[in-house]
Amino acid sequence: MFDYETLKVIWWLLIGILLIGFALTGGFDLGVGTLLRLVARTDDERRVVVNSVAPTWDGNQVWLILGAGAVFAAFPMVYAGSFSVLYPAMIAVLFSLFFRPVGFEYRSKIGDPRWRGFWDWGLTVGGVLPAVVFGVAFGLMLTGIPYHFDSDLRIVMDGNILDTISAFSVLAGLVSLAMLMMHGAAFLNCKIDDPILRERIRKSQRLAALATIILFVGAGAWIALGVQGMQVADIGNVNGALNPIHKHVTVAGGNWLHNYQTYPLMWIAPLVGIVGAAGAIMLTAMPVTALISSGLSLVGIILTAGFALFPFLLPSSSVPAHSLTIWDGSSSEHTLALMLGAAAIFVPIILVYTTWVYRVLRGPVRIEDIRDEYGSY
Amino acid sequence: MHDMLFIDLSRLQFAFTAFFHFIFVPLTLGLSFLLVIMETVYVITKKEIYKQMTQFWGKLFGINFAMGVATGLTMEFQFGTNWAYYSHYVGDIFGVPLAIEGLMAFFLESTFVGLFFVGWKRLTKYQHLLVTFLVALGSNLSALWILIANGWMQHPVGSAFNPETMRMELTSFSALLFNPVAQSKFVHTVSAGYVTGSVFVLAISAWYLLRDRHVEFAKRSFAVAAGFGLAAILSTIVLGDESGYTVGDVQKAKLAAIEAEWETQTPPAAFTLFGLPDQKKMETKAEIKVPYVLGIIATRSLDEPVIGLKEIIAKNEQRIKNGIPALEALQKIKTGDNSPALMQQLKAHEKDMGYAMLLLRYTKDVGQATPEQIHKAALGSVPGVAPMFFTFRLMVLSGFLLLLLFAAAAYNVWRERIGQNRWLLRAALFALPLPWIAADLGWFVAEYGRQPWTISGVLPTFLSASTLNTDSVAASLTGFIVFYVALTAAEMYLMVRFARKGPDLY
Repeated sequence: MFDYETLKVIWWLLIGILLIGFALTGGFDLGVGTLLRLVARTDDERRVVVNSVAPTWDGNQVWLILGAGAVFAAFPMVYAGSFSVLYPAMIAVLFSLFFRPVGFEYRSKIGDPRWRGFWDWGLTVGGVLPAVVFGVAFGLMLTGIPYHFDSDLRIVMDGNILDTISAFSVLAGLVSLAMLMMHGAAFLNCKIDDPILRERIRKSQRLAALATIILFVGAGAWIALGVQGMQVADIGNVNGALNPIHKHVTVAGGNWLHNYQTYPLMWIAPLVGIVGAAGAIMLTAMPVTALISSGLSLVGIILTAGFALFPFLLPSSSVPAHSLTIWDGSSSEHTLALMLGAAAIFVPIILVYTTWVYRVLRGPVRIEDIRDEYGSY
Repeated sequence: MHDMLFIDLSRLQFAFTAFFHFIFVPLTLGLSFLLVIMETVYVITKKEIYKQMTQFWGKLFGINFAMGVATGLTMEFQFGTNWAYYSHYVGDIFGVPLAIEGLMAFFLESTFVGLFFVGWKRLTKYQHLLVTFLVALGSNLSALWILIANGWMQHPVGSAFNPETMRMELTSFSALLFNPVAQSKFVHTVSAGYVTGSVFVLAISAWYLLRDRHVEFAKRSFAVAAGFGLAAILSTIVLGDESGYTVGDVQKAKLAAIEAEWETQTPPAAFTLFGLPDQKKMETKAEIKVPYVLGIIATRSLDEPVIGLKEIIAKNEQRIKNGIPALEALQKIKTGDNSPALMQQLKAHEKDMGYAMLLLRYTKDVGQATPEQIHKAALGSVPGVAPMFFTFRLMVLSGFLLLLLFAAAAYNVWRERIGQNRWLLRAALFALPLPWIAADLGWFVAEYGRQPWTISGVLPTFLSASTLNTDSVAASLTGFIVFYVALTAAEMYLMVRFARKGPDLY
């Protein structure tokens, strides 16, 4: 139905959709984790916050798990490369994510304040650390990671990953943290109608959204002026099977803006990123509209980075020619076509039942409804 | 050349994390279906007590489920972090069932599990039952796809090497899907999960009965667990994983190692009930043998031989030699020489290329490998016999003890004498660890038995790891031990606390 080249582009889009799916849903769970100890002070308040996400967070995290699984199936070298060269970061994210299933489930099972306090910290770490590391990972993709392939296509690190964490990648981590805090607050604003708690939530939402705009614009300016970007000079037939070590890549400042110059319509992405966050500042009195606006901001910000990198997936700073792109990092045509069929069947089904679950659980979370209720967290 | 310490630590880390993950998974598989049964009875009979049962066992299910989710995430990460070359080499095939697992199964169970807990008042009875069923369906489908992935590691079908991309690629999805090894693994593993769930409910119910607490509640739970458990243990034993051990050379080696079968016997082979296997001398001391049994169990026939290890090693030595030209051709192809003669040489010897890779542990230049090196590689091409021999027997012993328990419990239920035989209640309580012992030993037999391969006959374990320094994996392994032990302690604490507390009514 589609040729190999088109399939590669479709899978780039699909991975983008899965990541965006995670940012939109799992993103507010992470954001709620970061905000838990900031906006909710008493145990009752914390239970309200926890219960606003606990019944659905698990499904939301599957967007991330599926995203990683889809990268494994569609771009196996990118999966192998990113997970192994970012080893310490991946392990740190994994450890912090442990706190989430266990924290949500176990926190309210015992009344002891020390027990609950421990899991509150766990949920906070489980929110902050992944939010920052995912952003740092995007930052590292833009500045490049020091690795190359040997002739067996075995990935070899050129140096220590911790040494390559630059100021820019830290900035990217902060963009991610700010935007997920904004999104988490926007979600809580929809689910909680306790007036005192809601005032604090709205304040955090405005502050986080403002920080998102400032940090995002700062990172954008840095990319335009300071970061060395890449461009594929010569790669061979992108409609065929390609080996990632046989191509030429040029490296120059401003290269990450090349796609924007070719397709000026792409400027819509950063614009939506900024306008959406501005909406999250101004529309706190209209919670659902503000949540949509914050969601649009996330989509805009992620696409901004994706458009800048395209077709690169994992740029190498030490041997740029070995950088993985969608053209030479993908699975076989057969696997891409097969997985596209599977995604076409199941993603719509997932969207239908997820929507149904959210509909069942709609409405505000109140302490009197959860205090002694079976199954509340 | 290859950092063996990094590889060994990565293996240890994978084994440790898989072992822990497999503490929680079987209970999820079994308990989720027991919840479906209890809730179905509630919906049909409208008896409140069955709702109480669903909710109480559901609470314990939730405590266990959270750990399954936490430890499961590790498994997905680790293929990339520690086994990057594996992921590159077979991701085109292996990634497919993993991604479909997410699409079809994990999304389903994870999305609905929250609604199981908070949905009682928001849903009709039928809707809630559907939710519970979808959680059970999701977790079982998840097992299906994971075992299709695992079955392919044991018996790699439907794939071929592509010299252009230097990796294995999928040639037939239906072969992957209907892999006989995957099929028998799935049935055996989910059945073992149902056994685990049943023992869990049976043991805790027996404890209440011994203490004369929640008697009505415990009796009904006991009855459900006894019936489901008997069916499950029969299915686990009769549809044992062994039926998948007759296809493919590596599976045959696994079977021979389990039986410490050094020589090929005239069929039907005798079963070694006990013995002390000696790998160096290739013999088993102090054997107790039962005639005919092995041949019948393993081959389901009277005239098919069970191949002995000596014969397998000799055959593997030939395969190593036959694979050398393929690796030599590949060396030249890598440098850009695509002449048809080289491609032909690669194709002709491709099916044994993985065997020649075993030599890379002893020499860089396989073309110059000495007969001693080839012989050493052949000796290393089968798993360690003693660990396989003993773990398998312990697993089978646990299985048969559980069969006795469930037979007695089911008879007890049938005679309407639940709770009257204190010895049975005590036996049920003390049997609690058995399904976990059996399940983790079974996992060991299947995965250690696959050594020295990650992908049987295709990719040796020592070539599969990432190229990273040893410090990073030492640090992560320490972290896993600390986290898993601490989190499991919290889980056990809650489990015991809530089991002791018992259901609120009855």
